[in-house]
Amino acid sequence: MSLWHYAFVQQALVAGAVTAIVAGFVGPFVTARNMGFAVHGLAEVGFTGAAGAILVGLPAELGLLAACFAAALAIGVLGVRLRERDIAIGTILAFGLGLGVLFLSLYTRYATEAFSILFGTIMAVSRDDVVRSAVVGAVVLVALAVVYRPLRFATVDPEAAEARGVPMRVISAVFLLILALAVAEAAQVVGVLLVLTLLITPAGAAQRLTPHPGLVILYSVVIAVVATVGGIACGVVTSLPVSFFVASISLAVYLTARLLGPRAPATRRAAA
Amino acid sequence: MIDGQPPAVRLERASLRLGGRPIWTDVSLTVASGEFLAVIGPNGVGKTSLLRVVLGLQSLSAGTVQVGGRAPRPGNAPIGYVPQQRAFDPDLPIRGRDLVGFGLNGHRWGVTVRPEGVRKRVDGILRRLDAARYADAPVGQLSGGEQQRLRIAQALVGDPTILLCDEPLLSLDLHFQQVIVQLIADWNRSRGATVIFVTHDVNPLLSAVDRILLLAGARWAAGSPDEILTSETLTRVYGLPVEVLRHRGRVLVVGAELGGHEPVLAAHEDVIG
Repeated sequence: MSLWHYAFVQQALVAGAVTAIVAGFVGPFVTARNMGFAVHGLAEVGFTGAAGAILVGLPAELGLLAACFAAALAIGVLGVRLRERDIAIGTILAFGLGLGVLFLSLYTRYATEAFSILFGTIMAVSRDDVVRSAVVGAVVLVALAVVYRPLRFATVDPEAAEARGVPMRVISAVFLLILALAVAEAAQVVGVLLVLTLLITPAGAAQRLTPHPGLVILYSVVIAVVATVGGIACGVVTSLPVSFFVASISLAVYLTARLLGPRAPATRRAAA
Repeated sequence: MIDGQPPAVRLERASLRLGGRPIWTDVSLTVASGEFLAVIGPNGVGKTSLLRVVLGLQSLSAGTVQVGGRAPRPGNAPIGYVPQQRAFDPDLPIRGRDLVGFGLNGHRWGVTVRPEGVRKRVDGILRRLDAARYADAPVGQLSGGEQQRLRIAQALVGDPTILLCDEPLLSLDLHFQQVIVQLIADWNRSRGATVIFVTHDVNPLLSAVDRILLLAGARWAAGSPDEILTSETLTRVYGLPVEVLRHRGRVLVVGAELGGHEPVLAAHEDVIG
């Protein structure tokens, strides 16, 4: 099929694969730290950033990235304690969307731009976008490797980790920044409203398949890549939205893992 | 204590206030190296806070604390810590051996490049604590007793000289309580490790403890089990009439609940069973 020779298709596949790898690595930490709401919050603030950037004539992706990063900093400063985190995220998210509405009303030619930010622009990525994805992705993976062990310890067993000298606040803050970058990446492929399909679902499916932490990450990456590359392929062939296919493949894998995976719930007695 | 070796923990006129409220006041206590100290008292008297002070996570409002002759700081390698039990999410993708491995290198930056050394030490402690059977199962799906054994393995895998345990017997049945106490008492004797064991029920520990620290609001007392677990001492510390009954090596304390406190050393199940 000659479509595959087009640069935009190849660029979409490369950017999509890079994004999926990043999301696949970050996802297991999102689920283990119960940060689904933070992902959603960051993404919606990212929308505001993208809208604001367009309003002042800057690239939407840049605004998205900057807003996600700023929101992560704000959430980190406001709500380090777990109980307060949802409140801090909800507050920032609501304010961010309020600003987004304002930008929307100020910019009259906004409808198509808004649509593509909300639901993804993967078929419109440029060479520069691909390079930027790769750079941001490399930063995320290196940062994740640096904090890997203390992040896991702090996530699973916070009391013991604190006693062992793990700098809990630093770890929380660094992970939020890692998450902000991953969200900005994922938003480019599936749109800000669908980032959870790459940052939660593959990890959720993976942890149904194995309790081995390393394998969970590997499976999560594979599932995210399959969903993204498969979604782009289906989008190219059918001319229907890529995000729909990514979310569908992701969901299908998750349901399969839940129903057929070896780690069906309540296989052993629950914790006392 | 060997001459010249600093005590494991030394508190001098130590006081703690949290949120403006005095928790304990003027506590002076030296825990010798190799000693097994039980810390008892009703809820909210600052037993956990005492462990946090020793860990360097909580600073005193007055007085001094030394651990191994130095000011405490988090990440002090010779300390093993068993935090109060908290159930793990059954879906959490962490195996028992991962939890134990944290005790060796969970605090270090980066990723484990050569896992063989870690694996060997983790396997060693798992075998020693008879926990190898379920080491590859997800921790969230293990029983309370199994999880507790893994937590103790995590605390011991780094071969600590001081072991701090916060209510490790909570929610365990009598059999498992004895098993856990035995594990910790063995470590205390075979390694000469100091143990500070926080509990609201001292009965399962009586065979193992050297000394008891009783915290009760404004007052405190420390001494041998025979000194502390008497009607006189408890009555003085609680400021309420308290009676201590002894029955076949068990101790039953009655009267403390009159003041609205939990029975400090409830042992009803022992007497009935």
